[in-house]
Amino acid sequence: MEALIEKLKEQIIKQLNLEDITPADINEEDSLFGEGLGLDSIDALELIVLLEKEYGIRIENPKDGQKIFFSIKTMAEFIQEHQKK
Amino acid sequence: MTPQITAFCHIKKNQVFLNGKSIFSAGSEVDMREFVKAAFRNTGTKYTKFFKMDDYSKLGFLAAEVLMKAVDVSTIEAKSTGIVLSNNHSTHTTDQLFQDSIQSDEAFFPSPSVFVYTLPNIMAGEIAIRYHFTGENAFFVSSAFDPDWHTFYINQLFESKKISACLSGWVEMDDQHLEAFVYYVEKRNDQQNELMQHTVEELNNLYKINDK
Amino acid sequence: MAVRFVSSNIISSLGFSNEENFQNLLHAKVGIQTIDDPLLYPAPFLAACINPSGLDERWKDTNQKKVATTRLEKLLILSITEALSKTKINISSSRTAILLSTTKGNIDLLNTIESIDPERLLLWKLGEFIGHYFVNPNPVRVVTNACISGVLAINTAAMMLKGKRFDHIIVVGGDLVTRFVVSGFMSFLSLSETPCKPFDRDRDGLSLGEAAGTLILEKTSFPEKGDILFAGGATANDANHISGPSRTAEGSVIAIQNAMSEAGFAAKEIDHINAHGTATRYNDDMESIAIQRLGLSESPVNSYKGSWGHTLGAAGIIETATLIESMKTDTILPTAGFHTPGTTEKLIVTKEPLSKPLNTCLKLASGFGGCNAALVLNKK
Repeated sequence: MEALIEKLKEQIIKQLNLEDITPADINEEDSLFGEGLGLDSIDALELIVLLEKEYGIRIENPKDGQKIFFSIKTMAEFIQEHQKK
Repeated sequence: MTPQITAFCHIKKNQVFLNGKSIFSAGSEVDMREFVKAAFRNTGTKYTKFFKMDDYSKLGFLAAEVLMKAVDVSTIEAKSTGIVLSNNHSTHTTDQLFQDSIQSDEAFFPSPSVFVYTLPNIMAGEIAIRYHFTGENAFFVSSAFDPDWHTFYINQLFESKKISACLSGWVEMDDQHLEAFVYYVEKRNDQQNELMQHTVEELNNLYKINDK
Repeated sequence: MAVRFVSSNIISSLGFSNEENFQNLLHAKVGIQTIDDPLLYPAPFLAACINPSGLDERWKDTNQKKVATTRLEKLLILSITEALSKTKINISSSRTAILLSTTKGNIDLLNTIESIDPERLLLWKLGEFIGHYFVNPNPVRVVTNACISGVLAINTAAMMLKGKRFDHIIVVGGDLVTRFVVSGFMSFLSLSETPCKPFDRDRDGLSLGEAAGTLILEKTSFPEKGDILFAGGATANDANHISGPSRTAEGSVIAIQNAMSEAGFAAKEIDHINAHGTATRYNDDMESIAIQRLGLSESPVNSYKGSWGHTLGAAGIIETATLIESMKTDTILPTAGFHTPGTTEKLIVTKEPLSKPLNTCLKLASGFGGCNAALVLNKK
């Protein structure tokens, strides 16, 4: 799980062009949207692409996104449950 | 009264000029995209969204950031400040980036954050958000910067009282080069600087002022 | 001095002429269909596409010059040719200019192998090609400002006619349904899985469409009774978000206010509004808020996108051309796809054709980048 969380942090930084942020800056329990990393609606769509591209997971209902993408931890948990590759 | 150009910024060949004076440069061996990021960091502005933008919006945003530092904030009427920009390639290099993400059927991952930037007016949107400029917007495409067209179009906007000021210019990039020439023009009651009137001749002169 | 509209043409999924399109819209026909073409998108999707054999036939008849053209160029040339044929205007005159509105132009050249100069990917090259085809001596101005391009182009044309250089401006616009555009909108999860439902309570996204349209504007000192005139136009930015509209409709409100102010009309004088009406939840709510804020809620509203889909760079042109036809016949067209009201603010949305004297009307548009545009038409 730890390794997945670290890998996710790096992937998110790369996919979302968070240039001045390092994995150490992201706390796995912090909210990604709103106060935490301050991601916006386009970032949310990119995270859907990231899940498919890197982990082969398709989100059928985008409204689930809020729960899945709440924090790095919730994302990692979701991936572990659903990963196909 | 002819509107006046309050400030102008030119970015080309890894150099940033403000009102004709070089304020930042990098060696010619530095990649032009890295130069833009370095130039932005050099402005001292903290704006994490900058690094999410595509190359065209980064260039336009940088040019606007440098430019606006030379404008007296107390004179800005954001509500009626317009943004009128133009270029040659529209968003060609970003288009190619998006095309790469959809080219093959096997690795088909269209990127929304790249797609949204495949419209050149997005850079105006980013500038508008930064400065709360809610005035007239227009983006035109032409083979070269056209002072004739810019002065005609913008002066007409002033004439019909649709704007009180305008951030305008040329923000262009292809695979090898980039260039931005942006200026801030406003209607002022005091004709302070005769050499910076928003006329075809003057705009042309300012555009060429750093030609070597 | 006034600016009047003297001719137009529409080529879309619903026909190759204004008459054909108008009749289809009058009957709320829907040009949006399932497209199953893996070259366009890996899965079936909905879009309103132009009939390819109809295009080929007409192009064979028209292409006297036998030049190699892209699909978009064929459409633009055909559209201008048809609109011109209804007038005595000399398109090669130095007092006539062409203005092109498009968001992505020949973007399909990115992934097709054609014997076309790849430089025609550049929008100004596309404009230049069209200008040369018609032997017009003036630079073709190219407006590319997301989905407000068409309305902005019309506003710009009116501005050009206020000067001394031109007597006629031919505004032409077009955009195609391409892999590029379909994939992009899909990645935004903004496409509906059924033909779009503008302003409807159950709307869930837009449908794409392709079209080409032409509007010819003329300067005149003596407008005649019944002429439809360009009365005013404006654009404004929300300054809020690059892909979602302002929740309080800031930019739309400013654009409408400025357009109405230039035109010299108050809210109660607006007989009808043809909205942008893309059928996304956000856009339609935003427009309802703008309309309510400006005291325009009593003016019947419609959207043509339930019939044509969202035709991007062509939208402002074909929709304004249809609004003009509406005004000439005093008929507000129905909104295909609309059944049950469901926007933040209440709107009067037409479900059936509505006969009403239409003297002053408003056209709205909004687009990515927070841009908004409005124009006011007035009948002499």
